[in-house]
Amino acid sequence: MVSPAHFITLSVILFVIGAVGVLVRRNAIVIFMCVELMLNAANLAFVTFARMHNALDGQVIAFFVMVVAAAEVVVGLAILTSIFRARRSSSVDDANLMKY
Amino acid sequence: MTGSAHAARVPELAAIPSLHATGIQDAAWLLLALPLAGAVILLLGGKRANRWGHLVGVAMPVLAFAYAVAAYVQMLGYPAAQRSRFLIMFQWINVGRFQIPLGLQLDQLSICFVLLITGVGSLIHIFAVGYMSNDPERRRFFGYMNLFLAAMLLLVLANNYLGLYAGWEGVGLASYLLIGFWQYKPAAAVAAKKAFIANRVGDVGLSLAIMLMFQQFGSVTFTGVFGSVHSASHGVVLAIGLLLLLGACGKSAQVPLQSWLLDAMEGPTPVSALIHAATMVTAGVYLIVRSAPIFDLSAGARIAVAIVGAVTLMFGAIIGCAKDDIKKVLAGSTMSQIGYMMLAAGLGPAGYVFAIAHLLAHGFFKAGMFLGAGSVKHEMDDEVDMRRFGGLARVMPITAVTFGLGYLAIIGVPPLSGFFTKDPIIDAAFAKGGTSGALLGTAALIGAGVTAFYMTRLMFMTFAGERRWDDKVHPHEAPPVMTGPMIVLAIGSVCAGGFLILSNRLLNFLGPVTGVPPTSHGIWTPAGIAALGLVVVGIGIAWLLFGRREVPVVAPAGSPVTVAARKDLYGDAVNESLLMRPGQWLTRLSVYFDNRGVDGLVNTVAATFGGSSGRLRRVQSGFVRSYALSMLVGAVLLVGAFLLVRL
Repeated sequence: MVSPAHFITLSVILFVIGAVGVLVRRNAIVIFMCVELMLNAANLAFVTFARMHNALDGQVIAFFVMVVAAAEVVVGLAILTSIFRARRSSSVDDANLMKY
Repeated sequence: MTGSAHAARVPELAAIPSLHATGIQDAAWLLLALPLAGAVILLLGGKRANRWGHLVGVAMPVLAFAYAVAAYVQMLGYPAAQRSRFLIMFQWINVGRFQIPLGLQLDQLSICFVLLITGVGSLIHIFAVGYMSNDPERRRFFGYMNLFLAAMLLLVLANNYLGLYAGWEGVGLASYLLIGFWQYKPAAAVAAKKAFIANRVGDVGLSLAIMLMFQQFGSVTFTGVFGSVHSASHGVVLAIGLLLLLGACGKSAQVPLQSWLLDAMEGPTPVSALIHAATMVTAGVYLIVRSAPIFDLSAGARIAVAIVGAVTLMFGAIIGCAKDDIKKVLAGSTMSQIGYMMLAAGLGPAGYVFAIAHLLAHGFFKAGMFLGAGSVKHEMDDEVDMRRFGGLARVMPITAVTFGLGYLAIIGVPPLSGFFTKDPIIDAAFAKGGTSGALLGTAALIGAGVTAFYMTRLMFMTFAGERRWDDKVHPHEAPPVMTGPMIVLAIGSVCAGGFLILSNRLLNFLGPVTGVPPTSHGIWTPAGIAALGLVVVGIGIAWLLFGRREVPVVAPAGSPVTVAARKDLYGDAVNESLLMRPGQWLTRLSVYFDNRGVDGLVNTVAATFGGSSGRLRRVQSGFVRSYALSMLVGAVLLVGAFLLVRL
């Protein structure tokens, strides 16, 4: 039997993979994918808890998260494209003009 | 004479009724308005007044003199007890209990000064028309001179100490402006500043005295102060007297505030004659004599005045012996002669009249000699070194004769002015009795001999002997506009003393204001005869040193005393080491404290904040991933904190 604990554990593992990916990778595309991973880890947790409590709230929020994630990717990729045009690089470390 | 005897005399003096001015005297404000109007016209008139400006400048003092004579004649028509007249011009200060009407007081003492100031002032203005004829700024010069006359007349005419103080400051301003008249010369600019600052020290004394009077008596008018001064404590009277003396020292260049007068000779010579010989520098003597009821009550203040006078008369005379600059010799002599006046004023009622008599006579002969020196300087292309003069009597006979009469007057040759006015001072000093009288008298007696020495030296070096001047200069007699005033002043030098002293004319005139000396010793006194003997000795020594042998063009090294006297007896060095250096140390200390202490504290705080925020700024590195890390850490910490609180 697969218990909610297994789902939550998987969610945590996915979230940590995503978070570490955001922190250690330089490529903006990969970072976006890692962000997606974290969002989906959150979705998994939402859905799990919805099943546990027999309520639909968690599933509804999961849909909202997917919509927001899609919108975020659109904006993010647009920014990324213009940065790539200007600097010929998709590394986030190269886009470091705004500093002290 | 004891203090109680003076105290008994004061109410009697204060009881003299002061009557309102009538007739011609009712317009006494004209005395101030005329020169003031002249100053305004000349100073605001601009270049268009250049052509006729000097005529206005001369007309104003002459008109004022004519008015003063008319007022004097009217005064003579009154009986002696009713000659003090007052005139209220307007309510000056009107604050609660502090009521000061600006009033003028025409009495015997002030009319003496008014006649001297306007009379000698007119002559010097006329002289200046010739003397300043080549100066492009002549209009401005006459503007300042008229301003000076207005302030000086306010000084002697005011019926309260505050009005006197306004005039006192006004003459100080005019003196500053005129010493620095050629302000493009650094020496003149520095001398003007020095005179202003030295005077400021004295003015502090006078202003404190006035404040003390108001605090003690609730009044600053002469009648108010003199009416209640006898009820004040001895300490207060002494303090007022000493503060007044400090003021007098500043204005009259008495030790220890003497150092500015010698440098003041940088001003044009008519200024030296009018302001720094005949009138302004005698304001200190006026102040003391006018404040007679205060000094009568304090033997301590009187003896301080006398000591200052005696020290200064020797001081100035010694400086006069060593200087080669003709104007500085005369300046030292002025200090010395004012020292005589202060000495006389310090003797109390025994000397007041003689102080004023010597002041009036000195106004004639010293102004005359300064004009003579100006005439010489004018013809010698501004050369003032007497070692480069010599034999000028042949080319400038009128100047030489008028100067010579002034010379005979100042050294006290009978029957010229100085003999009548100086010898009674020496006699009165001895008559004071006791050790102090003997010391003061001896100083005055020796001073008479030294005066004869340095004035004879001046005469020999300037007018006698062989010519020592360059071939470039061609001295000849000055134009009549300059010699005229010199001749008139020379006549005054000859006659003034005898006129004032013989048959006790000035004594009877001034008596109701200043009190009458207890005894009169007549004209020929033992002290006077001794003084004449010393005068002969002084002339003899001067003849041996400067008349019989040739005067070297380059000054010899001289004895230590000569060297000291050339340096104004180290007056500047004393000021520097006692006042200037400690002042500089104090400023340096304050600057150090300000920089290191106050600024240090503020700067440390600012630097701490600046530095730490600079370091904090480094956190914003521009690397997105480090921001992400900090967000993650923050989020974890927040969640952790929430969990901790919940559990």
